[in-house]
Amino acid sequence: MRTSARTAGWCLGLSGVLAVAVAVSAALGPVRVPAVEVTKVLLNALAVPVGAEFGTRSMPGPLFVPAVELRYVSPFAYPVADLHRQIVVAIRLPRILLAAVVGFALAAAGTVMQGFFRNPMADPSIIGVSSGAAVGAVAFIVAPAMLPAWLHWLGLQGMAFLGALAAAFGVYAIATRNGRTPVATLLLAGVAVQTFLGAVVSYLQLQAEESLRQVVGWLMGHLAGAGWAEVRVTAVIVPVLFAVLLVYARDLNVLLLGEEEARGLGIEVERTKRILLGVSSLITAAGVAVTGVIGFVGLIIPHMLRLVVGPDHRILLPTAALAGASFLVVADTVARLGSAELPVGVVTAAVGAPFFLFLLRKREVHEL
Amino acid sequence: MSRFHESRTEVEAEPDADTTADPDHADQPHLEATDVTVTIGDATVLEGVDLAVEAGSFLGVVGPNGAGKTTLLRALRGSLTPDRGHVRVAGEDLTTLSARATARRVASVPQDTVLSFDFTVEQVVEMGRTPHRSRFATPDAADREAVDDAMATTDTARFADRSVGTLSGGERQRVLLARALAQETPVLVLDEPTGSLDVNHAVETLELVRGLVEAGKTVVAAIHDLNLAARYCDELLLLADGRVRSVGTPETVLSQAALRDAFDARTFVTEQPGSTAPLVTALPETPGHGSAAGDDDSATSDDGSDPGMEHPPIHVVGTGRRAATVVSVLAAAGFDVSVGVVPAGDAAAERAREVDADPVCVPSFSGITGAAAATARERADAAAALVLVDADVADGNRPIVEAVAPDRRVVVGEPADGEPIAAAARIDHLDDVADAVRAVLAGETDGW
Repeated sequence: MRTSARTAGWCLGLSGVLAVAVAVSAALGPVRVPAVEVTKVLLNALAVPVGAEFGTRSMPGPLFVPAVELRYVSPFAYPVADLHRQIVVAIRLPRILLAAVVGFALAAAGTVMQGFFRNPMADPSIIGVSSGAAVGAVAFIVAPAMLPAWLHWLGLQGMAFLGALAAAFGVYAIATRNGRTPVATLLLAGVAVQTFLGAVVSYLQLQAEESLRQVVGWLMGHLAGAGWAEVRVTAVIVPVLFAVLLVYARDLNVLLLGEEEARGLGIEVERTKRILLGVSSLITAAGVAVTGVIGFVGLIIPHMLRLVVGPDHRILLPTAALAGASFLVVADTVARLGSAELPVGVVTAAVGAPFFLFLLRKREVHEL
Repeated sequence: MSRFHESRTEVEAEPDADTTADPDHADQPHLEATDVTVTIGDATVLEGVDLAVEAGSFLGVVGPNGAGKTTLLRALRGSLTPDRGHVRVAGEDLTTLSARATARRVASVPQDTVLSFDFTVEQVVEMGRTPHRSRFATPDAADREAVDDAMATTDTARFADRSVGTLSGGERQRVLLARALAQETPVLVLDEPTGSLDVNHAVETLELVRGLVEAGKTVVAAIHDLNLAARYCDELLLLADGRVRSVGTPETVLSQAALRDAFDARTFVTEQPGSTAPLVTALPETPGHGSAAGDDDSATSDDGSDPGMEHPPIHVVGTGRRAATVVSVLAAAGFDVSVGVVPAGDAAAERAREVDADPVCVPSFSGITGAAAATARERADAAAALVLVDADVADGNRPIVEAVAPDRRVVVGEPADGEPIAAAARIDHLDDVADAVRAVLAGETDGW
């Protein structure tokens, strides 16, 4: 049908934009790498599976069951300067890809939350995900001694992830009565819990002496120091969760008509709400735990794309996610290009808020 | 079993849908509610509601605001679970069915849906296919056909690509109806389908619904306008205070007594022009007279009229709208009204015919003829009282007025010119006329 053709076209186009953004970002920095060189490095870094075999290569001991191992081939082998290869692959690429994955996750979650709450001000952290992550992370930075030992094992990112999920689940539990979760109650409970957790973070900040700089850096969102480990974890979690959201895109459309209408059209409303809320909280938490609170991506990108492709989530959700990925790559490039590196959250807010106000004044964003 | 259900079994592959055409249920009402009771908080919104709708018929739910109509419809479409009682479609209890299975049996058009977003008309109609489609499948030919048919039936295909936010109220109503049709359910529930529509669109919408009923759909609709409900529904259910007051054909349900009881309003009921459906006209409430003022046509003596006469004859002299209103008020109060002399086609003459009063007419602009005057004088003479409405008594009507003794006359308003007529009671407000007439009949004219 037309919808799927449109979706495919837009996604292809936006993937192209993302690829260009990644390549340009990889070329920019203290050491200028020519664009052609970057492309060659990126192509060289590609490895495609071409077959599978029973392998024993990563055998840890003498007793083993041979497992299926994929055989990879790198189709390209352009000659490039080793310095350039090092800079692009080891330093810039993980950071850029992390920006892309997190932007993708935040924009997708924001789209779902706005549709779910039928509220244009909804963003991925509306039910307290970001605040919870902040409490977890800041507590870990400021007062590691006060935490039980088993929480140390989680590390900063694990703590943030745990805090995010605990806050989201808490809000959900508070707003649920007799198996029903009214959206308005959820929204208000989210606002109240965010305010409370904000107070906790403020208090913890007061206690932070020499670690205050680190706390502020985390709270503003950052991608500096991202390595391949972070990229691998999020790049596995996010697409799987996103696929679940995509499957529910049509239900999300119907939910826009109102819950009673949605039930009348055959949607099991409470179950669908639980799934959408749970998955979008997870996907947000996966991003926020790694990069800290990056605002405005999940708020503005869905609105922009809604103006362009319309409110149908089957096309809005993937396009907004791809656009969010490109946006965060560009924003992070700007953040790291200055003489002193800025937290990327500062850039997204500084660029996003005025643009959002512009849309608002044009009266193009006032409804879903 | 109607054609509609037979065709349904062919397109339905899912086993759970087959029961809608189960021959075992062919002799049962298609949609049935038994003892449905709904409480919201402390308030009992519905109490012991029973109803049954045959396949391929149209039940109108009427009643005053707050009667529980919307709640009843929500129970019928499975949006709320009754605290007691059951709603069954083709013998199946809705509470035992999944949302998806319910949505394949009952489609509904809500009273007001917020459609402020930018979905196109076609996208909204397509949402009606939700209960028929698997989560992973793209729309197939059957979906396509159902959407196209629904848009063709409701005449919405020509704005398929427009955003629903830009539609007028009437267009939006049709789009929502199209969405419900795309669900391809045997039962359709409509909440105030004509609520926000002008009379033209209201008739258009109900004609469309009537067509669907003829094609086999079972329809239940809450309808505000009693006359439209009477014209288009096979049966009416009168709901008041959460209980069924009466149910049956429009003629039996829309009696003055029942309406008085349910709506607490004075009405009179006649036939609609060109149809046998009842025509209900609401009358202004008479202050200070409570339930006696609007007695139905089986009026008893407690309304203060002559106990010897069940329908005291009253003759009305006057023309135009004000005279017409006086005729309605008196007729609704249980008097046997006659009018004259009036020009044929005058509002008072028309109203008199509607309430089965006998007007004495003369052709327009011809003046009062001797024969007509004589007939009117006879009527006046036989009447228990005479009401003179703003009439210019110099205009040939004076002999008619004078056929009645002054102590049995009621004058409404002042004559345009000429000398004042002697009367037992004078009133300014049309609403007071029934009380004034009763006072005159009872001989208690002090203060009138």
